[in-house]
Amino acid sequence: MKLAYWPGCVSRGFTPELHGSMAKVAPLLDLELVELDRANCCGAGVIAEHNQELADALNARTFAMAQQVQGAAGMMNICSTCQGAQSECQQRLDASSEYRGEVNTHLQPEGLSYEAGGEWWNKNFLWILAEEIGFDALRERVKRPLEGLRIAPFYGCYIVRPSKRLGLDEHPERDQYLGLLIEALGGEAVEYAGARKCCGFPLITMNRTTSLRQAGRHLADAIDAGADCLVTPCPLCHLNLDMQQPAAQKFVERDLGIPVLHLPQMVGLALGLEPKELGMGKHVVPTDDVQRKVAELAAA
Amino acid sequence: MADTQTFQLKIRRYDPESGAPAYWADYDVDLPPERSVLDGILQVKDREDASIAIRCSCRAAICGSCGVRINGRSALACNTRIGDAAATGRDGFITVEPMGNMPVIKDLVSDMEAVHWKKVRRVVPWLVPAEAPPEGQEYIVPAEAMLDVTQAMACIHCGVCVSACLSMEVDPEFIGPAALAKAYRFVGDPRDGEEEARLRDLAEDPHGIYDCTHCFACVEVCPKDVAPMNQIMRLRRRATSDYGIKDENNGYGHEKAFVTLIEKYGTLHEAQLLPRSFGDGSLVKGQLKPSGAKQLTRELPTAFRGLKSGKVTPRKALLHEKLPDQKQVRKIFHAIESHDERIELNLYIVGEMGDEEMGAMAEEAGET
Repeated sequence: MKLAYWPGCVSRGFTPELHGSMAKVAPLLDLELVELDRANCCGAGVIAEHNQELADALNARTFAMAQQVQGAAGMMNICSTCQGAQSECQQRLDASSEYRGEVNTHLQPEGLSYEAGGEWWNKNFLWILAEEIGFDALRERVKRPLEGLRIAPFYGCYIVRPSKRLGLDEHPERDQYLGLLIEALGGEAVEYAGARKCCGFPLITMNRTTSLRQAGRHLADAIDAGADCLVTPCPLCHLNLDMQQPAAQKFVERDLGIPVLHLPQMVGLALGLEPKELGMGKHVVPTDDVQRKVAELAAA
Repeated sequence: MADTQTFQLKIRRYDPESGAPAYWADYDVDLPPERSVLDGILQVKDREDASIAIRCSCRAAICGSCGVRINGRSALACNTRIGDAAATGRDGFITVEPMGNMPVIKDLVSDMEAVHWKKVRRVVPWLVPAEAPPEGQEYIVPAEAMLDVTQAMACIHCGVCVSACLSMEVDPEFIGPAALAKAYRFVGDPRDGEEEARLRDLAEDPHGIYDCTHCFACVEVCPKDVAPMNQIMRLRRRATSDYGIKDENNGYGHEKAFVTLIEKYGTLHEAQLLPRSFGDGSLVKGQLKPSGAKQLTRELPTAFRGLKSGKVTPRKALLHEKLPDQKQVRKIFHAIESHDERIELNLYIVGEMGDEEMGAMAEEAGET
């Protein structure tokens, strides 16, 4: 399947292991990714907070670029926040042809125009796995079932709320996909309170206490539920849950130390890739225990 | 009418006067699936145990009395079909608990006074007129001028958004979604004379508009589509763009930093986001201003950990490439930011369904 691919800013910035692992995993799933390397930031909700029309125009530009990729089934992103911020803009652009026309005038100089309607879509890698590839087909590709690995899903707000905008009426299992995926890969999905809560990242510059209390609490809940690691489709969640984890300990007054995997890393492990190829050495919280368990699986 | 079915309710019971801890109690109810969870609770009260405490009145999502959590999700009991609740319940049970983020008075009755109403009063929830009304007349406002606040005015003060708020879950002092939506109702009202003072107050409060974690939980649960988080974003937009309020919470700085970086580079230069946020958007000010330098120092261990893990390289921290067509991106910024008025498509007003779909429906209706 050929896809226009929007990797987002953070996967090429502070979480390079996300971008790298996606590149390794895509061919194993027969995904041909055409990277939109001229596209701009989705605005992460902050540009929409500043000026809605500006956010809509910037994302219309990205959508228009994706629509120009010949033979692409749609557009793929690898960030819950991109998904949410872009879906929000797409909803407005799709709602009014007059408004869309006005926004498109800003794209004219580049020969771009976002065309609404039809079957065009923008889906996170998680949704691609569930809806385009399918968990049954994926199961057949698993080379190393993640048996015995207890994984706590962490979705990221933007990919599950508001449910109507994010297509849960049509795909009611979108807020269950991570658990279903973990099981399809042979792992054990851990239930805990924080799976669909906020990692706190949007507040890290404005209220560090509220932000890190959120991160710390969900990590602690996952540990108490017996998880070996978390997995998330959102690199911003990853920054608060992994990079800030040592700092978050103070705010929940306990030791944490639980690794947080990016979605393609977890898929890659099950497809037989080695932790090193997936950039698992580039985490702040060491992934050694997960790596050791995976190595034991390979030996078994 | 659909046939009556048996549903299993699991209700959280608590009576502080008994001295006993809270517990779960199971009840069976017989109702058609389109009836409400509230109907189920009332049937239990009627047939089995009249001592269950719940507030309710209109049964039609108008009075906002029966806010609870159904299968963990905050909602009005009268506005939730019992059949739908059974579909999302676990092991066949529909769990009903009192709302979150508020103390419990008894069973399903939350202490709205202790949290919700107190926070609403915090935002001065009445009009402070800019001037005396014209002699012998009322204030007359053109209808268009009120469109912007219609959504906030739809609030019925049920507290369901407060119950679901994920910032308040870790920071009980957060003013919260309902009260801040109420604040916007007056900030956006053309007759109010305290717009700037209100915004300054809510921007400077560490538990004000910049303590919202942007999680959409309130948007998701609101039974009246008030989208409280969107109203908080409107407050932020007015505080930063209209009044340039440079608050001590870095709210202004964070927005300014983010927007400046995208205008400059097209994608996010993460290494500059924090220092700029601490300096009202300016990289130099963020490092020189005492509070900025202090906050940056606090982030140093995290930065070192990033460098050590190999996530962040010194090159990446210092250099960030512009997009190949960044000139075009800047032109878009310039064209849109130089409008006199902000163009905001409000789907609450125009409808979420696309105009093409509406047109097609109208056409179809005309044909038949």
